[in-house]
Amino acid sequence: MNQRTIQVAALESEAIYIFREVVAQFEKPVLLFSGGKDSITLVRLAQKAFFPAKIPFPLMHIDTGHNFPETVAFRDKLVKELGVDLIVRNVQDNIDSGRVKEESGRYASRNMLQTETLLDAIEEFGFDACIGGARRDEEKARAKERIFSVRDDFGQWDERNQRPEVFDMLNGRIDLGQNVRVFPISNWTELDVWSYIQKEKIEIPSIYFAHKRKTFIRDGMIWSAADAVVYRDKEEAVVERMVRFRTVGDMSCTAAVLSDAVDIKKVVEEIRDSSISERGARIDDKRSEAAMEKRKQQGYF
Amino acid sequence: MAIRLLQNDINLIEGKRKIAKKLESQLPRAYKKMNVLKIATAGSVDDGKSTLIGRLLYDTKSLTDDKLAAIEEKSKQRGFDYLDFSLATDGLVAEREQGITIDVAHIYFSTRKKSFIIADTPGHIEYTRNMVTGASTAQASIVLVDARKGVVEQTYRHFFINNLLRIKDVVIAINKMDLVDFSEDKYNSIKGEIEYLASKSDFKNQQLTFIPMSALQGDNVASKSENMSWYAGETLLHHLEKLDTEATEEVTQVRFPVQTVIRPKTDEYHDFRGYAGKIYGGDLEIGDEIVVLPSQTKSTIKSIHFFDEEYEIAKNGSSVTITLADNVNISRGDMLVKVAEEPTITKQLDATICWMDKEPLQVSQKYHIKHGVNDAQAKITQLSSILKTDFSGKIENPSELALNQIGVIQLKLSKYLLVDSFNQNKSNGAFILINPKTNNTVGVGFIQ
Repeated sequence: MNQRTIQVAALESEAIYIFREVVAQFEKPVLLFSGGKDSITLVRLAQKAFFPAKIPFPLMHIDTGHNFPETVAFRDKLVKELGVDLIVRNVQDNIDSGRVKEESGRYASRNMLQTETLLDAIEEFGFDACIGGARRDEEKARAKERIFSVRDDFGQWDERNQRPEVFDMLNGRIDLGQNVRVFPISNWTELDVWSYIQKEKIEIPSIYFAHKRKTFIRDGMIWSAADAVVYRDKEEAVVERMVRFRTVGDMSCTAAVLSDAVDIKKVVEEIRDSSISERGARIDDKRSEAAMEKRKQQGYF
Repeated sequence: MAIRLLQNDINLIEGKRKIAKKLESQLPRAYKKMNVLKIATAGSVDDGKSTLIGRLLYDTKSLTDDKLAAIEEKSKQRGFDYLDFSLATDGLVAEREQGITIDVAHIYFSTRKKSFIIADTPGHIEYTRNMVTGASTAQASIVLVDARKGVVEQTYRHFFINNLLRIKDVVIAINKMDLVDFSEDKYNSIKGEIEYLASKSDFKNQQLTFIPMSALQGDNVASKSENMSWYAGETLLHHLEKLDTEATEEVTQVRFPVQTVIRPKTDEYHDFRGYAGKIYGGDLEIGDEIVVLPSQTKSTIKSIHFFDEEYEIAKNGSSVTITLADNVNISRGDMLVKVAEEPTITKQLDATICWMDKEPLQVSQKYHIKHGVNDAQAKITQLSSILKTDFSGKIENPSELALNQIGVIQLKLSKYLLVDSFNQNKSNGAFILINPKTNNTVGVGFIQ
């Protein structure tokens, strides 16, 4: 008799385990959803963790107003299919009310401004656990992040005083006002995520695949000229190129890469052979050697 | 001319075929590769651990161009005439300033054969807790020894922790061989010293592999050293590639701690009551007779679910959802085990504990205990000794256990826990203590 056997791969099993711990240990978890491939992967893992029940927490999107329109459309479609609640909080509201000041100039980005809106939303809803798609292979400071990462009222990350995480026991005990950032795919690499998307046949926004786009070049990187939010000098010439995005942050801080990878299979091949790191196309990390660490101390996700 | 063109065409087609074949063989492996080998590294300050990791990344081409460029620039800026690979791993600002590693960093690299995660753990005394943390999830461990200094206090400590955590594969990397003229005598004397140490350990299944190397120059890391022809063994990378990730999964009595109960309450799944958890120690199969603990109720496995599919067998390490043939009252923290394979049900524990907090452990203090997914209150009833990590014995009846010390304690529990000894069952034989005032994890215990 041919018996149906399941061996869940270690990283997938670990992620599902973490999701279940979150729901068991916290009262008000939320999944931080950016519309990027990592948060889409998280959604699939959450489905798997609780099936046949629905995902038992809402998704929340901190919308900078500078998102790729493709990502926002994708987000709305996915939420409808899943039947889960979506909370959207806008960075624009904080700018309008004068709580935060928008950057200007060539490298202006709303990436930093997200933090304030995120912290406000956490307080507004009383979320005690915020699940995110950060991975340790992304960046040096993230390599030191815990799976359950405790933040204080100000969302601050105290990297010197992190709780030891031994075996797979996760200590989610916190005081009132604190919250925990949870990273179920901490141990995945970019290639793991793409392979998983391929294996699971997960749908992702079209901008991850090669397409023709009006672009210009600055600092050796390719920027989208299709949208008004990306600052461009007049002398920076616009050329149509075949590109795709490897990460989907804000349009203002996410550069494209030249690519002819029009489908998932080609993307996986491309990632495997790539010699530029994923965040190499994120200008927000390039501001200084310690850019990510500083943002995390201030409550950035 | 025509013939040459033809040859070119043939080469091109051959090349494409090769690529197609390569892709074919790699595609299913991509997901399989998600079964990674986790390795802990340990070493003292300055014995070149970060350099070794940087070297591994460099030699496996895991350093991307932009990261490599950053390392080249920084190295030049600091006036080094070699690439300072430690810059690839020392992630935090304080570390770069002091030139030391102060927390567990996770580093990822892969070869064509396998994916690896290295938990880079700091070597200096005050951060031993991080070393235990990094080693707790590792299947293999690398202990670095500086060939000039030989076995030092930290080497003992690392060795002791590898034993405490029952890590089966331990590589002793005798580094900086270039600074001792690649001396075989030096290598043999360090090897002898460590073998003597190992002979005193009670963990006899441990596999020790000694490799002489120069991480800075790359000798015996990914490629065989031309400077040490007297060494007949493998390179570090080759050795790591050969370790079997599946064989490192512990096989013992099956434990299925219930994390959460899934009750969809939808029309389609109206009466569905599934127990969600991860399987440790072996496989589970439909029809298996099981005991639910602590209630001791017997039942059989009715179905095994993973997402929208059902299966007959679920393998060791899988996070699945299980339903039972009988209507049993089960909640988080209960455990499903096979009949006649029950763990110990107890309200008292004897354990070895590694203390991880500035505030020392003292007798009669109360803590919160987390054992797997189970929680209880615990009171320290006895602190019988502190173990010396150089295997030289113990201090009897100490008054307290300080940060980074390892001791033997007895605990009284507020409720029954379902436990195994750590030696028999790693996953069900460990616990953590949490300080109820600070919520910090203050100790990790290994049940005797």
